[in-house]
Amino acid sequence: MCKLEVENLSVSFSHYDRGLRQQMVEVIHGLSLSIKAGQIVAVVGSSGSGKSLLAHAIMGILPGNAVMAGRICYGGETLNAQRQATLRGKEMALVPQSVNYLDPLMRVGQQVRIPGADQVQAAQQRNLFERYGLEPGVEQLYPFQLSGGMARRVLLSTATLSGASLIIADEPTPGLHHEAARETLLHFRELADEGRSILLITHDIESALTVADKVAVFYAGTTVEIAAAEDFAGHGERLRHPYSRALWNALPQNQFQPIPGAQPLPGQLPDGCVFAPRCPAASAECSEIKPDMRKLRGGMVRCIHAS
Amino acid sequence: MRLEAKKLGYRYANDAWLFRKFDLSLQQGETVGLVGPSGRGKTTLARILAGYDTPLEGTVMLDGQPLPKRGYHPVQLVFQHPEEAVNPRWRIGRILNEGGQPDPFLLQELGIDQGWLERWPGELSGGELQRFCVARALGPQTRFLIADEMTTMLDAVSQAQVWHSVLAIAKQRNLGLLVISHEPSLIRRLCDRVIEWESLVH
Amino acid sequence: MSAHQAGQWPSAAPRPQINRRRRTLTVIVCTAAFIIAAWLGGYLVNLEKLATNLQSRNHAPSLQYLFGTDWLGRDMFTRTVKGLGLSIQVGLLASVSSGVIAVMLGLLASMGKIADRIVSWLIDAFLSVPHLVSLILLAFVMGGGMKGVVIGIALTHWPSLARIIRAEVMQLKSAKYVQISRRMGRSSWWIATRHMVPHLLPQLFVGVLLMFPHAILHEAAISFIGLGLSPHQPAIGIILSESMRYLSMGMWWLAFFPGLCLLLVVRSFDVLGERLRGLVDPRRSRE
Repeated sequence: MCKLEVENLSVSFSHYDRGLRQQMVEVIHGLSLSIKAGQIVAVVGSSGSGKSLLAHAIMGILPGNAVMAGRICYGGETLNAQRQATLRGKEMALVPQSVNYLDPLMRVGQQVRIPGADQVQAAQQRNLFERYGLEPGVEQLYPFQLSGGMARRVLLSTATLSGASLIIADEPTPGLHHEAARETLLHFRELADEGRSILLITHDIESALTVADKVAVFYAGTTVEIAAAEDFAGHGERLRHPYSRALWNALPQNQFQPIPGAQPLPGQLPDGCVFAPRCPAASAECSEIKPDMRKLRGGMVRCIHAS
Repeated sequence: MRLEAKKLGYRYANDAWLFRKFDLSLQQGETVGLVGPSGRGKTTLARILAGYDTPLEGTVMLDGQPLPKRGYHPVQLVFQHPEEAVNPRWRIGRILNEGGQPDPFLLQELGIDQGWLERWPGELSGGELQRFCVARALGPQTRFLIADEMTTMLDAVSQAQVWHSVLAIAKQRNLGLLVISHEPSLIRRLCDRVIEWESLVH
Repeated sequence: MSAHQAGQWPSAAPRPQINRRRRTLTVIVCTAAFIIAAWLGGYLVNLEKLATNLQSRNHAPSLQYLFGTDWLGRDMFTRTVKGLGLSIQVGLLASVSSGVIAVMLGLLASMGKIADRIVSWLIDAFLSVPHLVSLILLAFVMGGGMKGVVIGIALTHWPSLARIIRAEVMQLKSAKYVQISRRMGRSSWWIATRHMVPHLLPQLFVGVLLMFPHAILHEAAISFIGLGLSPHQPAIGIILSESMRYLSMGMWWLAFFPGLCLLLVVRSFDVLGERLRGLVDPRRSRE
């Protein structure tokens, strides 16, 4: 059974243009994703494609001017705002992007433990800090005293210590040294092997592949492909979507090959396939019909030409 | 043209010295990588070279001359987070033209869409904003460009796109590049030579 | 795609899309209209009604005399409107001049370390003495009257605004985009006028607006104790202080209506300032 299922999710924001006109801009549309217990699903894709928003939508912490549609299921039960509030921090935990999410006036040791924590938890927290290579003195520090790498490891221990069975990590590795990043990801793998589910939002495809089971590729606010981690190999021949292939081939360790153009802005999406304007294989049909997600070779793809 | 740092030293208030007697030399037309652990002063060095901070010891020389205190700075720096590097009250077009009209060839290379120029910075993602920061920093009088984790927050396609355009323009204008990055594969791709931070700091 | 199809997202008991900007604008227009009406009202009232009319003394509020009349038969409604006009006028003069002082000192502080020390010291020195005490002293020295009150309020109210402006300028100076602008060869003047002023102006406007209620209340307070406007002028403070004697005789309306109106004007300024602050913040305004 799936731990988390996201079905046809869309997130829109209401903005003011000029004057009093209010406008809805759809930032995520038609997004589907699922994670089983014990799985790590990596979410990769272009910056500004709505990866962080997905995390916030699952946790129920979108800003007030956001409107959501579609369905999110946790443990077979449809989530709503109340349910999210109950699960947040206990069943589902978020490793946020930056140290700004910590309380600036509280020592970090204190805030990674759950309020009213007992001695056992304090001991667990010390163990965990030691594992992440944080010196014992660190728990006495305030967030502003942490370096970028330290802050990241502190944020990580918050989520781990909560005992949540779904951990959503939003870019947990930038700013970390290569070994530290690898260590972090291996720790995620261990957590997953204990039966937890992990949604790993990252743009470091290479290191994500070392631990992930599945990879979801995002572009312009939707999933274009869901592939097994093994499919990212060679020149990307086994990948199903042209954008996934472009992303893979653009990595500096692969061809470092860019594609021209830019991702369309939310609210200005093309009528047909979102990738058609930049796609080398696009046909006339592509710019007319919005392709649906379909099953292909054990994965999913949103492209009419994929085979 | 040659950018030289001689015996630089810097520290914050009364903390320990971040670095002292630091020497570095960059030639026009070469791309040099700088790698090393975080929190040791790489960003501070970048700020000093680009004239944002004044070193407490030592000098930075461009062709044997000290760097200009006013006017367009020939050594430009692109930061990691483009969101902080643009005025949120200015439209993109105005931000782009702050240092003068950018080269149309460069805009095209960077995949900059004309429609973006009318937008506000908050409407674009980091990947798009960074392209404008790069275009702005590559004014006609720029001689050296320092990229401090310039594409760390970008996806692979945008990263490749930005770097291909920067390399093309650097070649065309014979610019010197200093690339500060955590990513070994990117450094290997881009650089003619690589400097280990540890080997230079005493 | 509707956000609320068949309760797919149960939390979305369809959130009505309220046009918050329209609501904010409505509030702003209403409060601004009320304040302007009160201000202009002071000039438009029929001065005859201010005169003593011993035939109609001590009338309780009625349709003829909306706010009643006092022990000399003066119409309280007219006196209140006139008083509010005076209050707003004093508030305007005082807060604009303290705004000017605040900006000059705030900008001065950004010039250099020594200038900053001096300005910070001045701010702290003024803030360490309670407003009312220094205001009373200043008004006393200036010899009371309109001039004394305005100068007194202006000289005591600038520090809090100056402190905000100084902090904003400091923050802007260290903002990356301002530093970048300098490396692009832009002069200090160019940066000040293109980057800083457009950022500071709206904040300053809101700051001055939020200073209004303080100024008005302090004017009323100081007039109440007899150190402010002269007793011939129907300032709210004077009306209130004169009415005190008659309160025990059951003439509640003498103090009630002028006090209520003062409260309404002050509250309107507060609401207006807060709403405008929401609109001028670039990050919050588009949501």
